[in-house]
Amino acid sequence: MSATGIGAAVRRKEDHRFITGKGHYTDDISRPGQTYAYFLRSPHAHATIKSIDAKAASLMPGVLAVLTGAELAADKIGSLICGWMIHSKDGSPMKMAPHPALAHGKANHVGDPVAVVIAETLAQARDAAEKVKVDYGVLPAIVDPAQAQRQGAPQIHEIAPNNTIYQWTIGDANGTDAAFKSATHVTKLDIVNNRLIPNAIEPRAALADYDSGTEAFTLWNTSQNPHVARLVISAFIGMAPENKLRVIAPDVGGGFGSKIFIYPEEVVALWASKKVGRPVKWVSDRSEAFLVDAHGRDHVTHAEMALDTAGKILGLRVKTIANLGAYMQVFSSAVPTYLYATLLSGQYQIPQIFCEVDAVYTNTNSVDAYRGAGRPEATFVVERLMEVAARELGIDPVEMRRKNFIKIFPHQTPVVFAYDAGDYDASLKKALELADYKGFAKRKRDAARNGKLRGIGISTYIEACGLAPSQAVGSLGGGVGQWESCEVRVNPTGSIEVLTGSHAHGQGHETTFAQVVSDRLGVPIESVSIVHGDTDKVQFGMGTYGSRSGAVGMSALVKALDKIEAKAKKVATYLLEAAETDIELKNGQFSVTGTDKSVPWAGVALNAYTAHKFPGQELEPGLKETSFYDPTNFTFPAGCHICEVEVDPETGSTEIVAWTAVDDFGVVINPMIVEGQIHGGVAQGIGQAMCEAAVYDKDGQLVTGSLMDYCLPRADHVPAFKVDTTMTRCPSNPLGIKGCGEAGAIASPPAVINAITDAIGTEAIAMPATPSAVWAALQKSGRAMPHAA
Amino acid sequence: MAAVSLKVNGKSVTADVDPRTLLVQLLRENLRLTGTHVGCDTSQCGACVVLVNGKAVKSCTVLALQLEGAEVLSIEGLAPADGPLHPMQEAFRENHGLQCGYCTPGMILTAVDIVRRKGNDLDDKTIREELEGNICRCTGYHNIVKAIAAGARAMTSGAAANAAE
Repeated sequence: MSATGIGAAVRRKEDHRFITGKGHYTDDISRPGQTYAYFLRSPHAHATIKSIDAKAASLMPGVLAVLTGAELAADKIGSLICGWMIHSKDGSPMKMAPHPALAHGKANHVGDPVAVVIAETLAQARDAAEKVKVDYGVLPAIVDPAQAQRQGAPQIHEIAPNNTIYQWTIGDANGTDAAFKSATHVTKLDIVNNRLIPNAIEPRAALADYDSGTEAFTLWNTSQNPHVARLVISAFIGMAPENKLRVIAPDVGGGFGSKIFIYPEEVVALWASKKVGRPVKWVSDRSEAFLVDAHGRDHVTHAEMALDTAGKILGLRVKTIANLGAYMQVFSSAVPTYLYATLLSGQYQIPQIFCEVDAVYTNTNSVDAYRGAGRPEATFVVERLMEVAARELGIDPVEMRRKNFIKIFPHQTPVVFAYDAGDYDASLKKALELADYKGFAKRKRDAARNGKLRGIGISTYIEACGLAPSQAVGSLGGGVGQWESCEVRVNPTGSIEVLTGSHAHGQGHETTFAQVVSDRLGVPIESVSIVHGDTDKVQFGMGTYGSRSGAVGMSALVKALDKIEAKAKKVATYLLEAAETDIELKNGQFSVTGTDKSVPWAGVALNAYTAHKFPGQELEPGLKETSFYDPTNFTFPAGCHICEVEVDPETGSTEIVAWTAVDDFGVVINPMIVEGQIHGGVAQGIGQAMCEAAVYDKDGQLVTGSLMDYCLPRADHVPAFKVDTTMTRCPSNPLGIKGCGEAGAIASPPAVINAITDAIGTEAIAMPATPSAVWAALQKSGRAMPHAA
Repeated sequence: MAAVSLKVNGKSVTADVDPRTLLVQLLRENLRLTGTHVGCDTSQCGACVVLVNGKAVKSCTVLALQLEGAEVLSIEGLAPADGPLHPMQEAFRENHGLQCGYCTPGMILTAVDIVRRKGNDLDDKTIREELEGNICRCTGYHNIVKAIAAGARAMTSGAAANAAE
């Protein structure tokens, strides 16, 4: 392993600009003559918009325009879309309701934008917005997904009777029923997977600039996938043809899924920039982010596991209601179906699985992919069932898992996926050792002497990443291919630009992609630049989400490097006057096998461009190659996380005293960065398990609408993490990578809840397990005092 | 409009601002020092922390006009333009104490303030408690805590080296 190659903990190339305050986030960019947009939003969860009187507002100082949904409709600006078709069990297509970028006729959730003010300054736009008079006819709202389908519930969209988007199933219902009939034990759980608000620390932003001379738009925005944004804004919203729309996602301050989507504000900013003939900037404030950045999770589930007397799983039956909010978003249909129910087999041999999912509209903000997207919800169902079943049957939870582990690969589950490689016992074993599982009983006794309830919880999770084989995605309803592109440009001096369709918003691609190049070509990473996030530079790309940049984006890089190396070798044959088969590339030198003849990388690069040593008719000058890599399978990262907690029974406050994570991500490019991904993912999972919850009141008002009401984990909420890996190579891609971005958030919530329920001796606790929830559970179960035990 | 004169990163600045202008707006919009970030509008996240007369202050919560005569240090002024990085900056890089980088300027300046108040030998518990006003959504804080401990130690050796010169 070289100091900057694959497997090295290289310090990040991108850090210098961030630690010196020289990053370029969207709000850091300004255009001459730019104006500011401020959105007027519905204060009601469900209301007809009877009229909008913008006269007084438009006369306020600095105001250039006050625009409404009526004008948007008149200009034929198209509806926002969901890009994944799901069919109900009766064969009917999902009910995708119109989603105008400015509400027209009716507002369907608090925060739904109804008008925008464009003014010289943001303060002027805000002042003017206060003068816009909207006459609302308030309607009853439906907020609870479990009640959305009942007779008489308020109806949100005409297209979706009973607020039902789809009723989807997967698996064999009859086979599963038969498995349950043969069971000696059935474990049942009712689970609410709490609704979360992603809260990337950089708020979303858009800067739109229309050039009337070229009739072309430029949009700087906080996107995880600028090419997809351009495609949707062009093909579906009809703003401009793709060749007249440039989307640039510069430095982006975290995404976690929430910046995948195409939102009303960037569409309106583009449209308004053409209308006012000036650049338009919009920057979300945190209050807006809470209201309108796509939320995550929000499942109501009943799950049953059928077992035999020995604790072998016979079948799994799951019924989930998924709340998608007032409008569908780009991926929202896929999250509770193909990204959820397909993972219900976990790491286990489960002969029969049947899952029903009803997706519903409610008068709440849109719900879509948030770190893990469906897989945390599945893992929570499976890992809670495993733990509770083990406790009910009196089997050690470790043994229970081992008994049911899949041990032979490839393994076809009853729910679509064919797991290609893994060694689940290896990560479990290593995690148990690192966590000193054997010593837990003593630690529990010691804690009890201090008046504390100590508990331990295990989560052996699996996820599907590396989205994804395009044909498979297409057959499941996906609207786009899920390949990734890469272009490698070698300059005449030997320095290299890598143009990737992946997008970094914290993941460190500028370092890890350069490591792959350095490893392959033997060039220093300083001479490799990674270019991403600009549709004028990178031809096309699918962006970064679903832990796909390593498994798919880097695979495209490897394929392009294959071509670069092949071409460079051809140039070298002329320089070294040797047969192509005798030329090898090692440590940045091309040499002729068995001789001392060699030429350095930079010499080959220069000659590729001077073209003095080879006939241009036989070999094209230049050194630039492109690859589009389409994966052959999903990847299946898996591992074991162990959480140990101490609960203070007097107050219900819970401290995580130890965290152990052992993950199998296949080949690791940069262990420092991978560990960082785990730390961050686990912290978000701890947030879900212990403090975060988006709460709407019965009228659809977001009660947790600020960082004072919605608890994001802070430094003293989370422990130091013990992180390690095991490795089975991913067989489906050239580098053997599985992906690591979401694992922490997927694995951790059940580990926390399994630990807390172990400590307090009752299963009756929902996420987030706040001190008051833990305290109440203890009171109810009568186990409040450890001394009495 | 009203005038305010202050020092920013060692340079004297006079600006004519709308009285409701916040310090962070003065820095970002008038002075184009965009390293100071706004992550929330409720003084909760700490992305906007700068040092005012040496003390950590959330620049989204101070009016620019309150800063008459003050010395403000933003992330851009922490290390000399062509000189070496400040030890705390170096520690964040070395310990992978940042991912997306958005909270980082506020974290680094808060860390410098922690060292001023709590000294150079910081344990994990102290650092975690002191970071109460700063949110990071990427790192899970693990490496930020490591970075601050290391940066604090390096600030001592830096001071010792300076004293020896």
